[in-house]
Parts: sequence; structure tokens; C-alpha cells
Amino acid sequence: MMNTGNDRSKEWPLWEIFIRARNGLDHKHCGSLHAPDAKAALQSARDVFTRRQEGVSIWAVRAENICASDPDSKAEMFDPAEDKIYRHPTFYKLPKEVDNM
Amino acid sequence: MYTQSMDLPQKKEQSASAPGAPENPEYQREFDARLAQGEFIEAKDWMPEAYRKTLIRQISQHAHSEIVGMLPEGNWITRAPTLKRKAILLAKVQDEGGHGLYLYSAAETLGISRDEMFEALHTGKAKYSSIFNYPTLTWADIGVIGWLVDGAAIMNQIPLCRCSYGPYARAMVRICKEESFHQRQGFDLLMTMMQGTNEQRVMVQDAVNRWWWPSLMMFGPHDSESTHSERGKQWGIKRISNDDLRQKFVDATAPQADILGVTLPDPNLKWNEKQERYEFGNIDWDEFWNVVNGNGHCNRERLAARVSAWQDGEWVREAALAHANKRAAKHPDGRVGEQAAPSMETAPMQTAPTAGST
Amino acid sequence: MTNQHFIYLLRLADSPLILAQRLSEWCGHGPVLEEDLALSNMALDLIGQARLLLTHAGRVESRDRDEDQLAFLRMENKYRNLTIVELPNGDFGQTVTRNFLFSAYQVELWKRLQISTDTELAAIAAKSIKESTYHLSHSAEWVIRLGDGTEESHLRMQTALDQLWPYSAELFTSDDTDRSMAESGIGVDPSAFKTDWQSTVSQVIGEATLTLPADTPFVSSGKAGQHSEHMGHLLGELQYLQRTFPGAQW
Ligand SMILES: [Fe+2]
Ligand SMILES: [Fe+2]
Repeated sequence: MMNTGNDRSKEWPLWEIFIRARNGLDHKHCGSLHAPDAKAALQSARDVFTRRQEGVSIWAVRAENICASDPDSKAEMFDPAEDKIYRHPTFYKLPKEVDNM
Repeated sequence: MYTQSMDLPQKKEQSASAPGAPENPEYQREFDARLAQGEFIEAKDWMPEAYRKTLIRQISQHAHSEIVGMLPEGNWITRAPTLKRKAILLAKVQDEGGHGLYLYSAAETLGISRDEMFEALHTGKAKYSSIFNYPTLTWADIGVIGWLVDGAAIMNQIPLCRCSYGPYARAMVRICKEESFHQRQGFDLLMTMMQGTNEQRVMVQDAVNRWWWPSLMMFGPHDSESTHSERGKQWGIKRISNDDLRQKFVDATAPQADILGVTLPDPNLKWNEKQERYEFGNIDWDEFWNVVNGNGHCNRERLAARVSAWQDGEWVREAALAHANKRAAKHPDGRVGEQAAPSMETAPMQTAPTAGST
Repeated sequence: MTNQHFIYLLRLADSPLILAQRLSEWCGHGPVLEEDLALSNMALDLIGQARLLLTHAGRVESRDRDEDQLAFLRMENKYRNLTIVELPNGDFGQTVTRNFLFSAYQVELWKRLQISTDTELAAIAAKSIKESTYHLSHSAEWVIRLGDGTEESHLRMQTALDQLWPYSAELFTSDDTDRSMAESGIGVDPSAFKTDWQSTVSQVIGEATLTLPADTPFVSSGKAGQHSEHMGHLLGELQYLQRTFPGAQW
């Protein structure tokens, strides 16, 4: 983080906002905003992100509470899945008659 | 948009400790390769310091433009002539506030806070699009801003939806979706006025005369003057040059003026059959730089309005935080609904379920 | 009867109309962007309510006046809003305190109007109660945050409450129009829900650590068409274009 000597303790915390567009869908990250407390975060999320009927349910999570994987360890985290091609249905060549399984 | 390629003197920025910030040839090669393949860069990825600074400057300038841009149109909300127009204008200006918010959030992923960006705006260190330093004098200005200013903005914004920095690109996608009604409502407003009385038509023509050239200036200085353009292109944050965008805008707008029945205030504007584009006259760059440098009609008012909104709100921001801290001290594990007012029970908000319960 | 029905609908329409006019003054000037958007949303809800009610009032009157003729072209003493909504915004604390007192009132009102024998009005009430419930939730949270925030915010909120409180008396006055509308089943006599309103208000004010002011003999009279001095200036802006260009289309 930048340190400019500004007093960041005066700033409202940052919240990440997740919205379910319709029942049956996952909550999806749609942006972030500042709010003093959880209630305000939910209400602001409603006013900021659902003005056009974009959602039926909102989650708000303090940004500092999110654990994120380190981009530097991307290789060991995600590359090992690369050669497990037998996990994909297209790996198996079946006779035409049963190929819709 | 409202970005403007202004090549303005940059405020002195502090060194950052973003992940892997020290220059590193191996990271640099990987970064360049990803850009070359058209991949997105995300917030926590390593990036060269200059890329990060340029993005902060561009995104925050863009955000400032959105919120300062609320002021000229906001000037007419209480005077809108019908309830329908009042609702449309209010929703439109509110959208611009939302755009500012999305963009500040995108810039925050680069390690600068919203308060720091405000500070830069309020002290005049950061710039915003000079178009908003022109006054809105009649109701027709509201239509012309939608048609020309939002029109120019959209032209500028669409390529940014594909810019290399993920959070910025995603904010732009959301913004572009919302922008689509801004230009249309402006044109609709003007068409209604042009079908009205002679006084109304005169009002529209007068507004077009005042806003046409400033709208062309929104695309920034000529490519030949624009020092950032090359690197911006390489970084995928400036995909189409200022002059190309400006030409596109003129080509799209001139026929619309005919349909509306107004004259664009440029005697040199004419269709070039061979090149299949409009030719147009010279922009008054002295005026542009004067306005950028603080000498437009409304520079002082705009900045003063932002500063006083911020200062007048300080006690509110402080108090909300103080109250949140009190609550947290009283109920360390307090969930949303627990201490809500009685009225909350009927409110459409509910506590987010824990992940396990879904 | 028709005339009283018409006047009753104007009363219902004018308070949201005038409060929307006030709230829209905040657009671009809020204490944080998030609240800028919230207040604009609220104003948009209120404009929507006013449009439905004015259109309906125009039909009941049957003199071919549409929402805009009613919204923009009446004399000041023909506007029937509660005086509290026409007062200047003051600081953010005053604005949310007024929103709180007013929306707590509107929730009780809409609740009862949902069963109005005027089916159009009942439908408008059913739509509006959702909006007013949200406005109440939003403003109550702010009254609590600011009342129980810092020393300064507490003081400002108590001042706001003290200044606005005398105007709350008008919310529960009833006259012939109210009574005849209540009798016919079209409307409701506001004195009927004063205690419900009071219980919401005192609970939130208590949680906000504020003190409910004592009642005074002052009763404002906006709903009867007699307004404060602020109203003329508000209408000056609201009516400007319609008055300057009579008959023009926008
Ligand atoms: Fe915008
Ligand atoms: Fe826009």
C-alpha cells in the first residue's frame, strides 16, 4: 500500500459486494464500496449496484476478510491440473451410438 | 467517459510496495508477454511501477470527471420542465455518481485510497475533463450534453472495455451498459424541443453552438502533441488515438445534427466523398488549455462545490465510523440484523446467510 | 365528494412531490458518493409516487389536467403538502431526520390505504409501501448512527430533531376532508395511527440516544394550502420553465 501519511483510520472500510442476479444463480462479485458498517454496506450496495433490477440478494464482505491466493504461486496452485485430461468427458472416445452419454 | 488525454503534469507520487514492485527483468518479460497476448492484468499481479502510476492517474482523472460532471447537469434537476424529464435527469446524474464510484474502486485496487484521490482533486493536483467547466445556461443544454458530451464519452469509453487492466475494464463494461440511455435521452429531449416553438428551437441551436467545440476538445490534444499515446497503446490502456476517435465522433454526429435540424457551428464542416469522412475546422487549443489550467467559466465553482460537499460531510463520516466502533466494542460478533431498528424487520434487506447455509 | 376526493389525493401526491424536489438538491453534494446515490434513489421513488397520484387526481377531477399541469401550474395555496417537507434541507442530519419522521408516517399511511375503496389508490399504496419501508430503514439507521456517533453529531441531530419536531403536529391534524374520506373508506384519518407512528419514532430516537422534544402549541398548515415562506422559492424553481413558456412541450 501507498503510504502518503494520510490518516486512513478516518476512512470507512472497503466492502466487496456479491450479487445474485436471479434465484438459481450464484452470487457474483460486482464491485466494492465504502461503508461504516454491515447494514450500510448492504443498503449502499442496493443503491449502487441494483438500480436496474440487477439482483435479488446481496452479500457484503469486508475486503480485509477475504483471503486471496498469491499470484506468485499461480504455477504450483493451478498448473498441476493441466495434465489431468482424463477428468474431461472429451477424453473418452466412445462408439457413436452411445456418444451422447 | 469522461477521460481526456491531457498529458498533464503529474503530481509527485510516492513509491509503492505493491507485490513485486521493484523492477525485475524476469517479471517484466512475463508482463510484456501477457500484454502481447492480450491477457488481462489483475490487481495483485506484478506490474511495472510506471504502468501502475499511469493507471492511477488515468482512472482517477476519469472518476473525478464523472463526479464533477454531476454538477452542470445537477444545476437543472430542480428546474426540469416535466416530472418525466425530472426523473430521467435525476437518474442520469445519479448514474454518473455511480460511475465515479466504480472507477474510484478500480483505482483503489492499485493501492491508492479514495480519500487520497479526493485530496488530489480538492487541492487541484488532479485534473478532470475540462468540458464540465462550461456553464449550463438553458434547459436545451441538458439535451445537448446528453447528445454530444455523453456521445463523445461513449466513443471514448467503448475501447476501454478491452483495456489491459482487469478492474478498469470491468468497471468500463458496467459503465458502458449504463451509458446507453444517456445519449438517447438527450437526443429525445432535443427532438421534442425542435418540434416545439420557435423559442425552443432557438434555445437548442444556441446550446449546440456553445457545446460543439468543447465536445471535440474532449478527445484531447492532437496525436502529434500527445506524449502518452504510444505507451498507452502498448499497455492496452489507450487503444484508439485521440484524433481517430474525434474523427469517428464527427462522422457519427454530423448526420444526427441534420436529422435534428440544427447547424453545427463550423463553416469548414463538409463531407469528403473520396475519403468517406467529414472534414472539419481547427480547434481553438488556446481555449482548451485555458480551461484545463483553471480559467474556464466554472472551474472555481465546480471545485468549490466538491470541496464544500466533502468538508460539510466530514462530521457525518466521522460519526458513522465512531458509531460503528461503539457497536463493534459492545457486540464483537455482531451480525447485521441484531441491533437493527425495529423498523428493519419489515425492510427488504436481510442478513447475508453464511456460506455454509447456501 | 368528488372535490374532497380530489383534494385528498393532492395531499397524498404533494408531500412526495415536494420532498423529492428537496432531496434532488442533494444530487452531487452528499457527504459520500454512496449516500448521494441513496438520496437520489429516494427522490426517484417519491417522484414516481407523485406522478401516479397526480395522474389519478386529475382523472378524479375530470377537468383534463395531467400530472404536469397539476405539478407545475397551481398557485402556491393550491399545493397541499405537509409543511415539514418544504423546509430547506439543512445539513445531512436534518435531511435524514426529516426523511425518518416522514417515512415512518408514510409507512403507516400506505399500510392503511392498501385497503382503500378507491382501488387505484389502493394499488398505488401497495407499490409505495415497499419504497417507504426502505426509506424508513435507511433513514432510521442514519438517525441512530449520527445520534449515537460523536459529540458533534449528537448535538447536530438533537438540534435537527428540535427544529423539525414542531412540524410533526401537522401530520396528525384532521379536518373535514380527512374525516369524510375516512368515512367513505377512500382514505384514513391520520389521528388513527398517531400512536403507531410514535412508537416507531420513540424507539429509534431512544436507540439514537436522542431526546424526544416536548410538543408545542404550534401547528403548521401546509395541507390546507398555507405554507411557510420557503415554499414560494421552491415553486419558483419547480415552475420556472412551465411558467416562462406557457403551453410548450418538453
Ligand atoms: Fe458516466
Ligand atoms: Fe453519462
